[in-house]
Amino acid sequence: MERIPILKMGDFLLVTIQVDLYDQLAENLESDLINTISKHSSKGVLIDISAVSIIDSFMGRILGNIAVMSKIMDAQTVVVGMQPAVAITLVELGLSLNGVISALNVEKGMDLLRSKMQISDNEEQDYDDDIE
Amino acid sequence: MQNNLLSGLKEHENKLLTIWSQLLIDGGSDDGAVEEEESKEFASLFLKAAAAAEGKIQDSQEFEKVEDLIVGIASSRGKRGFSPRENAQYLITFKEAASKILSELIKDPEQLFDANLQLNAALDNMTILTFEAFMRGREDIISRQVDEISEISTPVITVWEGVVALPIIGTLDSSRTQIVMENLLQQIVDTGSSIAILDISGVPAVDSLVAQHLIKTVSATRLMGAECIISGIRPEIAQTVVHLGIDLTGIITKASLASALKTAFDMLQLSVVKRKIV
Repeated sequence: MERIPILKMGDFLLVTIQVDLYDQLAENLESDLINTISKHSSKGVLIDISAVSIIDSFMGRILGNIAVMSKIMDAQTVVVGMQPAVAITLVELGLSLNGVISALNVEKGMDLLRSKMQISDNEEQDYDDDIE
Repeated sequence: MQNNLLSGLKEHENKLLTIWSQLLIDGGSDDGAVEEEESKEFASLFLKAAAAAEGKIQDSQEFEKVEDLIVGIASSRGKRGFSPRENAQYLITFKEAASKILSELIKDPEQLFDANLQLNAALDNMTILTFEAFMRGREDIISRQVDEISEISTPVITVWEGVVALPIIGTLDSSRTQIVMENLLQQIVDTGSSIAILDISGVPAVDSLVAQHLIKTVSATRLMGAECIISGIRPEIAQTVVHLGIDLTGIITKASLASALKTAFDMLQLSVVKRKIV
């Protein structure tokens, strides 16, 4: 069965979607990704959709779901490289993907994830300090 | 069987033309209005159609050619600045000239009446056609101008590395917002900018629909991974937005393009400092 590869890069997971998603593929991706997050206890997920030219309401919801699920598993999701046409379609469909953080490209997405990680690290540090 | 009452006109083509141009000049059209070539062509085609027709002239095949010709004449005259009134006058005087000749040719009042009726029906129809052609010419111009305006009215400017600005001037409607949104998003991708400034100081009024469009543009920009700042909100626009109960709280809004740019610099962790003169 066709699957979308999920690459591990340190604390992050990298998913590049190179084909147009159909429903079954998207659902598989969702469950695979959540399992991988739990397996590696990843801190961040980067989904590159720059090659995706069509996203319908179902796919939009799956993306939103992935973001919320990873958030629960303590991983931040960043969607990168959304095409203008896709963004317009999603807005017209009324899906503004509120839980999802976006970045223009993989590079900026990585920076964003790193900065988020730093912030949460600092918070933990502060918290530890408070206890001591 | 209705015999062809108008066929007699064919032999008097030259006389008809003379009377016609005289009438046009008398009618106050300046001399330029009488296009010799055009008029001759029209008269000869019309008379040919009239002579060839059996029964109603409008049904004959020849008549289609006459109609095509008059549509061409009307639109070319329209482009040269003739008013639709002058175009109609052009045909009405032709009718007048033709009736004059008919009244000389046909002595029987009943037949003369029939002939005039036929002439009227044919020429009135053509007068309507000239109006239509004129309107169509105007509409073409208008639609071309609308296209041109929407093309030139959405310039996306790179104001700084990573910052693009789009000043919107004029009223926003659905089709224009679509173009604005597409241009802005495409430019964000092309330049890799992370901040977009939407300046609406040139937008005369904001209604709920326009506000909806703005919110959509901002959401789409965010989905792409860039931040969108709306600037140039004038006091009256702020008032309308609040009165309409539109929620813009999730959107960064600034009073002027300058302050929006300042915010953009802050977000990019840039600062503008005055150089000290040593």
